[in-house]
Amino acid sequence: MQNKCNKTFYLMTIPALVLFFTFHTLPALTGILYSFTDWKGYGTWDFVGFKNYINLFKDSRALDSYIFTFKFAVIATILVNIISLLIAMGLNAKIKFKTALRAIYFTPYILSILVVGYIFNYIFTFFLPDIAQTLGINTLTKSILGNPDLAWIGVVILAVWQSCGFNTLLYLSGLQTIPDNLYEAASIDGAGRWRQFTNITFPLISPFFTINMVLAMKGFLMVFDHVMALTSGGPGRATESISLLIYRGGFAGGEFAYQTANAVIYFIVILVVSVFQIKVLQKREVEL
Amino acid sequence: MISQEEATLETNLKSKESKESNRSFKFFEDNDINWIATILLLIGSLAILFPLYLAINVALKSPQQLAQSILAFPKELHWENFTKAMELTHYFRSFKNSSLVTVPTVIITLLTNSMVAYAIARNLDKKFFKFLYYYFIAALFIPFPIIMLPIVKEMSFLGLDNRLGLTILYIVYGLSMNIFIYISYIKSLPGSLEEAAIIDGASTWQIFWKIIFPLLKPINATIAILTALWAWNDFMLPLIMLNDRKLMTLPLVQYVFQSQFSTNYNLAFASYLLALAPMILVYIFAQKWIISGVMKGSVKG
Repeated sequence: MQNKCNKTFYLMTIPALVLFFTFHTLPALTGILYSFTDWKGYGTWDFVGFKNYINLFKDSRALDSYIFTFKFAVIATILVNIISLLIAMGLNAKIKFKTALRAIYFTPYILSILVVGYIFNYIFTFFLPDIAQTLGINTLTKSILGNPDLAWIGVVILAVWQSCGFNTLLYLSGLQTIPDNLYEAASIDGAGRWRQFTNITFPLISPFFTINMVLAMKGFLMVFDHVMALTSGGPGRATESISLLIYRGGFAGGEFAYQTANAVIYFIVILVVSVFQIKVLQKREVEL
Repeated sequence: MISQEEATLETNLKSKESKESNRSFKFFEDNDINWIATILLLIGSLAILFPLYLAINVALKSPQQLAQSILAFPKELHWENFTKAMELTHYFRSFKNSSLVTVPTVIITLLTNSMVAYAIARNLDKKFFKFLYYYFIAALFIPFPIIMLPIVKEMSFLGLDNRLGLTILYIVYGLSMNIFIYISYIKSLPGSLEEAAIIDGASTWQIFWKIIFPLLKPINATIAILTALWAWNDFMLPLIMLNDRKLMTLPLVQYVFQSQFSTNYNLAFASYLLALAPMILVYIFAQKWIISGVMKGSVKG
């Protein structure tokens, strides 16, 4: 009997294991293998040892893409978490039109980033300069997407607009786990709104804060669709993200092996960042 | 007799009390609405709605009208922008492509991923299944770009650079996250039902399909929503996998037609709205269900 049960459990999982290995682990492993070669994506290839990795550390284009991606990801993560938490607290208060407002704030999350990005592209290119001209704000009369120093801000705005909905929902489900009588007790003890937030709300939703920070950061480090829709990495290479560089160099630039090596480094970076975040944020959770 | 009387008295009292508390609750509610938060949230929601308003506005104008003013509501509505965009981008073909990828992805994901998660969740004490658990979860930390270049070679080698291949990849790549969500849900289900079924002579297979799968309904809804949103809106996988225009999904078509829209923004925006429309329509009708589904997933995961 016990034996028969076991067999079924193996039958239930082994096909999934085979498929997962074939379409996920195998390409990842071949990718790592190729990163030690000079393959262009076609033709013959040789092993070159760590040459790709050594060259990557001297490659200013790669370095620039890491700088842009991190700048974008850190700022977007912070903004998304602050704004989402504020919206979630608002939605958790006793307000009118609660369901409708919640539905509106979640809407961007169901929409394709690429298509929304094209709409934002138009807003940045034509609408904002138009408004700035009427209002006489000279610095904004040219599209920010055309300015190498400002284009990244456009990417941040789109990212924040699009992903706040999801993070708001996560915070909202966290806030709903806090019993009302805690606040009642606190206000009887004379705690103001701010102290209620720092001493009750924030500590009690810390696990949600950890998850949100990690998920948002990981997602933003992979930024691709936003950039494709707004700037295609431009002007110049000012907003070329790591994913975009790997995609471009790997498929069109004849740098298949080289960009795979870049992807391996990228993997290590993401892993280190995620583990670091989880460690630090969870330590903070315990201390609180 | 006396006790009965006492009981009725008590229920009377109770109902009176509850009526009163109901009334006071209502009173409390009417007067305690946080108007500042309501107003701030209403203003904030304009930031969400404005880009969508602008999109509709631009899509309904003619180029001349647009040149006069971007914001003003169109005086005459140019619905023909939509029919033109449909013809140019072969809307129904790409709609069909998106559907033929998303629908099978969602159905097969629900049927298979739940089964794998169940087998793992009930055998975590065994080495093989524990290994599987950590193997699938570890994959969550592997960024897609490391797979991106080799998978394209692999899929075209296998002749799977088409809708079928795309569907397979969505089902396989969703596995890690879905198993994570399913397992934490399955662990919360009592094992007594299964034990009773085993005594009745049911096989593991029957137990899963007849007892467990129906119990997974709430979390199936969550997985279905998240999977559908991902497969429908995803841009990167179709971009790298599909070369044949006839097979392209809705977001990919918007990308491919960028150069052909060129400066005809009215046409482009009509096309964008048509691409967003199916999801918006589904959302309008299933908004409560979608939101509660996503929230459930977040608490479990």
